[in-house]
Amino acid sequence: MAIEWYLVLSALLFSIGFAGVLVRRNPVVVLLCLELMLSGGALAMLSFSRLHGDGDGQVFVLMVLVVAASEVVVGLGLVVAMFRRRIPLDVDEMKELRG
Amino acid sequence: MVEVAFFFGAIGAIGGALAVVMLRNPFYSVLALVVHLVFLAGLFLLLLAQFIAVAQIVVYAGAVMVIYVFVAAYVGGIEEPIFDSSPKLRIFGPVLAAALFIEISIAVLGSSLIALGTDGVATVQSGFGTPEAVGTLMLEDFLIAFEAASLLLLVAAVAAIVLAGRKDESTVSEEPAGAGEAR
Repeated sequence: MAIEWYLVLSALLFSIGFAGVLVRRNPVVVLLCLELMLSGGALAMLSFSRLHGDGDGQVFVLMVLVVAASEVVVGLGLVVAMFRRRIPLDVDEMKELRG
Repeated sequence: MVEVAFFFGAIGAIGGALAVVMLRNPFYSVLALVVHLVFLAGLFLLLLAQFIAVAQIVVYAGAVMVIYVFVAAYVGGIEEPIFDSSPKLRIFGPVLAAALFIEISIAVLGSSLIALGTDGVATVQSGFGTPEAVGTLMLEDFLIAFEAASLLLLVAAVAAIVLAGRKDESTVSEEPAGAGEAR
């Protein structure tokens, strides 16, 4: 199986996630689309790792997993804080930093 | 056989990704992402990354998605009309995404692989992608990154408690009214 197929698939997943980040307004769904973009990147790294027969890319993907988990925790904490303060859950409405 | 497995996994992963973007209810989007991640783990297995595939299912589809399900249920299923964002984004979002896809494809297929100059997929020794191999790499070559990751997870956990925790008594007394209003 040629490695190009995996790379095109990873580009496609990244683009789908990118479209979701631009189009959707619910912050929870925006975070989900960010996960899609991250998984596209992870697939590309694993493809190159397989292409070179080198395990370094797999460690990179584990690091991506860790960073994604941290990002999810902080992002969802923000969503819960917004919900508590009755700020509308709509990323188009968020125009100022002050709570 | 490998081709059949690849296209099965690829169709599942793309379908899950499209469902995440298209479904209106955020709760269903979370479930679609679980489907996407399971199919993607199958693709990781095809790339001989056994440990990453299992970690993906256990950590992502198991643990992280539970947080998503909890928050999606906590803030309530807001039925967002799909593609009801500002008209400019509704048109330009998918167009930009398609342009990005073409651009990345050209960059990767047209120039990167040629520049790398590899002739086909490398043959790997038998231990490739096993927990032993990944663990050896992580604790010998990437020890600083490993320690930094543990520190990052600690900081993220503290940040979540600070962000989502209750600040004072007034917030607590206000909350039931606010929750009732929002439903």
